[in-house]
Amino acid sequence: MAKILTKNLNLWYGTFQALINVNMAVQEKRITAIIGPSGCGKSTLLRVFNRMNDLIEGVRTKGKVEIDNQNILEGDFSELVQLRKKVGMVFQRPNPFPLSIYENIIFGLKVHHLAKKEEFDRIVERALESVLLWDDLKDKLHSNALRLSLEQRQRLCIARAIAVAPDIVLMDEPCSALDPQSTARIEELMRELKKDYTIIIVTHNMQQAARVSDDTGFMLLGELVEFDNTDKIFTRPQDKRTEDYITGRYG
Amino acid sequence: MKTTTKQKIAFAILFLCTVIVVLPVLFVLAVVIKNGWPAINWEFLTTMPRNNMKAGGIYPAIMGTIYLVSLSTLFSLPIGLFAAIYLNEYAEENMLTRLIRLAIVNLAGVSSVVYGLFGLVMFVTFLKFGVSILSGALTLAIMNLPVIITASVEALASVPYSFREVSRSLGASRWQTIRHSVLPFAIPGILTGAILSLARAAGETAPILFTVAAFYLPNLPHSVFDQAMALPYHLYIISTQIPGIPQQMRYATALVLVGIVFSMNIFAVIIRSKFRKKKKW
Ligand SMILES: Nc1ncnc2c1ncn2[C@@H]1O[C@H](COP(=O)(O)OP(=O)(O)OP(=O)(O)O)[C@@H](O)[C@H]1O
Ligand SMILES: [Mg+2]
Repeated sequence: MAKILTKNLNLWYGTFQALINVNMAVQEKRITAIIGPSGCGKSTLLRVFNRMNDLIEGVRTKGKVEIDNQNILEGDFSELVQLRKKVGMVFQRPNPFPLSIYENIIFGLKVHHLAKKEEFDRIVERALESVLLWDDLKDKLHSNALRLSLEQRQRLCIARAIAVAPDIVLMDEPCSALDPQSTARIEELMRELKKDYTIIIVTHNMQQAARVSDDTGFMLLGELVEFDNTDKIFTRPQDKRTEDYITGRYG
Repeated sequence: MKTTTKQKIAFAILFLCTVIVVLPVLFVLAVVIKNGWPAINWEFLTTMPRNNMKAGGIYPAIMGTIYLVSLSTLFSLPIGLFAAIYLNEYAEENMLTRLIRLAIVNLAGVSSVVYGLFGLVMFVTFLKFGVSILSGALTLAIMNLPVIITASVEALASVPYSFREVSRSLGASRWQTIRHSVLPFAIPGILTGAILSLARAAGETAPILFTVAAFYLPNLPHSVFDQAMALPYHLYIISTQIPGIPQQMRYATALVLVGIVFSMNIFAVIIRSKFRKKKKW
């Protein structure tokens, strides 16, 4: 059964249509990559899944997006809060708050009133452990997160997202600010995390998609051209446009 | 001419301009301190004026200024801050909000005597608060609102959008986001604006002239509906209205006023640097 299912999803920014009849099924506890040239709507699609597009004025959607069989596009504020608890997000630029490491991680817990103060320590430890930062940082939990390296910051942002125990983690080009070694280590981490989470990653980098994902969707001008097993997309694409893109004919 | 020589000349000119800016301020300070300091003592600061202001202290004027400044801040800071939050975080960009912004910028430049007249019409006469601390404080508050709003809007706008984005993505509501992910990082700028406007409230004469200031009162005010003496007005009186006041007393009064304003500004700088150190991004 699909974890996320979109049915004839259309999205407009004002009069500009950014998503056109997107149909896809994201499987649970796998890594799904979304690739495509700049401006094709990857981030837009990703941000539908936690309704971040709601923040932008003049956005209109049509169609259905179901997570665990629930249509997420309708629903009042409390359902939106629940959705964002269930679907965490990691952004392109590592963006911890200029607070301590500890405060960064408990931010979401406080928002959702998820845990009592006594449990915070344990949750912080677990979150940092799962992003492999605990050993490095356990003695400086109360120092400012902005002292960390870029890679550590991005790990911290992942820890912040998973501290509220989501099912799904959305990542929008999470490695584009990082060097190749850091990128490799974050990819390693993603493979580790998919045991517990359903991950969707938007990436510019086809090699990254090929390396890390189980399924891949290729987007072009707002359409999801092809969606399949990553192996299949990269070895036997069905659509001419996909083939052109992965063989580098789109640049 | 060699480049280094040119550079030296340029630096010299820049330095000179800086000196020209700073020099008069230092000069005024020096004169006020030199002439006023000898007259400042405990009695001067803590007793009532005597002998038609020619002797005694300026205690009621100091207290009056403190009352006015605190009460006006009590009005202007929360209102200004909430208005700024609304403008920066909630209001849509449309004709009306653009008009409001424009009005605020322009209000900041309106001469203080205009606020004084407004206070007279609005609070003293129309709302029947009379010539009172309440009228004066409200007038000062109105005068300071544009400054506080402008400073707060700037402070809020300087908080990166990504903070709001992350906060919302973690499920926080709009208000939770403002409260926990925006305001804490805007505080230094907001405080700076607030304290600078406090200093202005302490120093201005025109807004309090018709709304609260008393020439002389034998005792301190009992409620916000009483008149009060205030330092800038007191200084104005003893400098121009009463002949035969010892020179020293005038300078000492000026020194106290400058001292209050100056320490507020210093305070603003300290708070800001404290917060800056803690919250950098
Ligand atoms: N807030 C907005 N208002 C209007 N149009 C927008 C907005 N955000 C994005 N768009 C447009 O929607 C289209 C898709 O944008 P989106 O950011 O989803 O692309 P993307 O595939 O993530 O691109 P990139 O690889 O550069 O990040 C683009 O043409 C973009 O110009
Ligand atoms: Mg994008």
